[in-house]
Amino acid sequence: MTTLDQLKPGERATVKAVSGAGSAIYQRLLEMGVFEGAELTVVRFAPLGDPMEIRLQGYNLSLRKAEAHMVEVDV
Amino acid sequence: MNPNHLQTGGIRAEPLQPPAARRTASVALIGNPNTGKTTLFNALTGLNQHVGNYPGVTVERKVGTFKLDDSTRVDLIDLPGTYSLAARSPDEMIAVDVLLGQQQGANKADAILAIADASNPERNFYLISQLCELNLPVVVALNMMDVAETKGIRIDAAKLSASLGAPVVPICANKSVGLAELRAALRQALERGAAPDGAKPVFPEPMLSEIESLRAELVAKLGRDVNRLEAFRALVDKGGHAEARLVQAFGPELEANLEGRRQRASKIPLPAEEVRVRYAWVKQALATALQRPAQPPPTSSDAIDRIVTHWFSGTLLFALLMMIVFQSIFSWSKPVMKLFETGFGWLGDWVGAHMAEGALRSLLCDGVIAGVGGVMVFIPQICCLFFFIAIMEDCGYMSRAAFLMDRLLSRVGLSGKSFIPMLSSFACAVPGIMATRTIENPRDRLTTILVAPLMSCSARLPVYTILIETFIPDRGYLHGWVTLQGLTLFGMYCVGLFVAIPVAWVLKKTLLKGETPPFLIELPSYKIPDWRTVALRVYDRGKAFAVRAGTIILSVSIVVWALSYFPHPPEIAASYEKDRAEVAATVANADGWLTGFVIRVAAKEKLDEIDNLESGAYLRQSYFGRMGKAVEPAFKPVGWDWRISMGAIAAFPAREVIVATMRTIFNLDKEGKKEDLSKAMLEARWDDNPARPPLFNIPVALSIMVFFALCSQCAATLATIRRETNTWRWPLFSFSYMTILAYIGAWVAFNGAIAMGW
Repeated sequence: MTTLDQLKPGERATVKAVSGAGSAIYQRLLEMGVFEGAELTVVRFAPLGDPMEIRLQGYNLSLRKAEAHMVEVDV
Repeated sequence: MNPNHLQTGGIRAEPLQPPAARRTASVALIGNPNTGKTTLFNALTGLNQHVGNYPGVTVERKVGTFKLDDSTRVDLIDLPGTYSLAARSPDEMIAVDVLLGQQQGANKADAILAIADASNPERNFYLISQLCELNLPVVVALNMMDVAETKGIRIDAAKLSASLGAPVVPICANKSVGLAELRAALRQALERGAAPDGAKPVFPEPMLSEIESLRAELVAKLGRDVNRLEAFRALVDKGGHAEARLVQAFGPELEANLEGRRQRASKIPLPAEEVRVRYAWVKQALATALQRPAQPPPTSSDAIDRIVTHWFSGTLLFALLMMIVFQSIFSWSKPVMKLFETGFGWLGDWVGAHMAEGALRSLLCDGVIAGVGGVMVFIPQICCLFFFIAIMEDCGYMSRAAFLMDRLLSRVGLSGKSFIPMLSSFACAVPGIMATRTIENPRDRLTTILVAPLMSCSARLPVYTILIETFIPDRGYLHGWVTLQGLTLFGMYCVGLFVAIPVAWVLKKTLLKGETPPFLIELPSYKIPDWRTVALRVYDRGKAFAVRAGTIILSVSIVVWALSYFPHPPEIAASYEKDRAEVAATVANADGWLTGFVIRVAAKEKLDEIDNLESGAYLRQSYFGRMGKAVEPAFKPVGWDWRISMGAIAAFPAREVIVATMRTIFNLDKEGKKEDLSKAMLEARWDDNPARPPLFNIPVALSIMVFFALCSQCAATLATIRRETNTWRWPLFSFSYMTILAYIGAWVAFNGAIAMGW
């Protein structure tokens, strides 16, 4: 199983599933467009390795690796 | 009916001027963060803005007015930027409550003005899909059409209007383009008064029936009309605020009830169902209106980001910017502050010279004028900081700063957004605390507010310098590059920082415990800051501080004045009058111009000394002096006598006051040189037993410095916390925990230093 936090900058992926139903992070991820079938690209990681920046729907989103770990992806 | 019509016997006179606005409509302005919402708000309302707080929460209540036409005035309510109406906290619930007309302190909205970023339509229209279900007229302002074009995005507003069934107006808020059309659309929407008539998001049947039956149940239970939105949010947002509010009202059975409904409503988690349906609706609504290239063209924003978020150049730029911000509060604002200080000092002297001696003069000069001056002096710092913050926020850098710093602060449970407030607090906690408004999560914001005053601010510096120069040996190491005095000063700055880390950690584990807030932040495209927004922000912050915090500080200054002035026994004046009379007599008896001159110079010095002795005597007799003596036993364990204790007590409203109090209490001239105070402190002995070793030594100096590093001695900070948290609970908490920590810290420093044999 590949999760979003394991990807490298420049890699493109499709969201397969988001775990953590019932949490605020889960709901916010979905609302921001990170849901099943969404396509995204990893842009970069912050200088200290965390958080990371992704691009989806033509905008850039920053999220922590712990949050990205909830997102299962297909590369 | 206008009463004037009655006076004219029912005959209506032709009005000479156009009639004043007859109708006031409330319009809620809502949109995602970074859509230019504030810019639009300012462009529409100009300076007709009123800022306050909603009762019970920390959210700012911002309402502006503008005239829509001759008969309609609009109260525009600026709601906090949000991606969704799903609320997790009371603060996020404000938007829902204002829209439904349930918010105390706000009228029910007659219409919604939704602002959307045209360069990122999908996510922005997710919120609009929720707004379209509210049974309120909606007008969509499609902002940043120019940015969208650089990304190759084209939106046909007419087609979009048709599919939404609500007007969509393309605008460029920062260039004031499209505002007339927007006003016209708003006027029509208010006249029509109907909700958008386009296709609505279609939720699956089991979910809809659960929402409807929950709504019916709530109507019966609450005995009032319940909007569908309330039922919707309670059902879908597990752990959200709509649920929490109902559970609080009806007990845990309701939680079980909701859980049962959720099971019946959908097989997949409801938020996923909501998002699926809404994004499908968005796709449908945008289908014919939106054109975007398959491969987005590279933008200048991406190019800037490669430098700004790069591990080396990004960190360097960040450090440089922070240095500029810090310098601006720490030293660039000094000249203006000095100007205020001199101005108020001059005013005090002038009033003093033109009034008769007495309590009233003292109240005006030492209480009111000094108090107002004490408030004004912070304003240059606040304006400086907010000038930079407003620019960084408006151009899009702020979220990059949070991106760079998040890792560092997430270890103590905070987020990258706490960095700038904390850094600013090293100059002054007042602007630092005001800067926490950029932190959306209320718990993170409160934690930052509570630890920010532990950072060593510039007002602590005079206390450190005088004690370090007097008591810490001037020893150099590494060829004089490092000195013991410098190290001690550095140590004092570290004390606050290193205490703040466990305090923040403990707060997040106990009082402010809760779900870790998501750190999902958008990194918006860079843009040139809108100067009106920057200027209004600076003005707004300065005014907010002067008015709200200022009134509290002024009252505190008057109380402090009274405590250090009364009871003002007349015997003291009488005894010093005698001394003055003797001096006057020697001057009168002097003969010969040279002897006369010498005697007059000596007499002037003598009179000054008498003045100093007199004010010292008054201070010792004052309620403050008595308090110092009363608390002396409590401060013995940290090595202080009643004079130091009194100085510390008198410094609770403003810590830098200690230096002036010490001068007075050791009978020194107010304007006296630093060396004089150093000398007085070195020579000071214990009152009760002059044979004891000197009052001040290294352990005592360290204990005072550590106490001042940790103690909450600043009325302005407490007043600002009161203003920002909208309750007295948190300033009281801040005051108590810091004072207790300060005492413990002072005890450890004192006894530790003795144990080290210093």
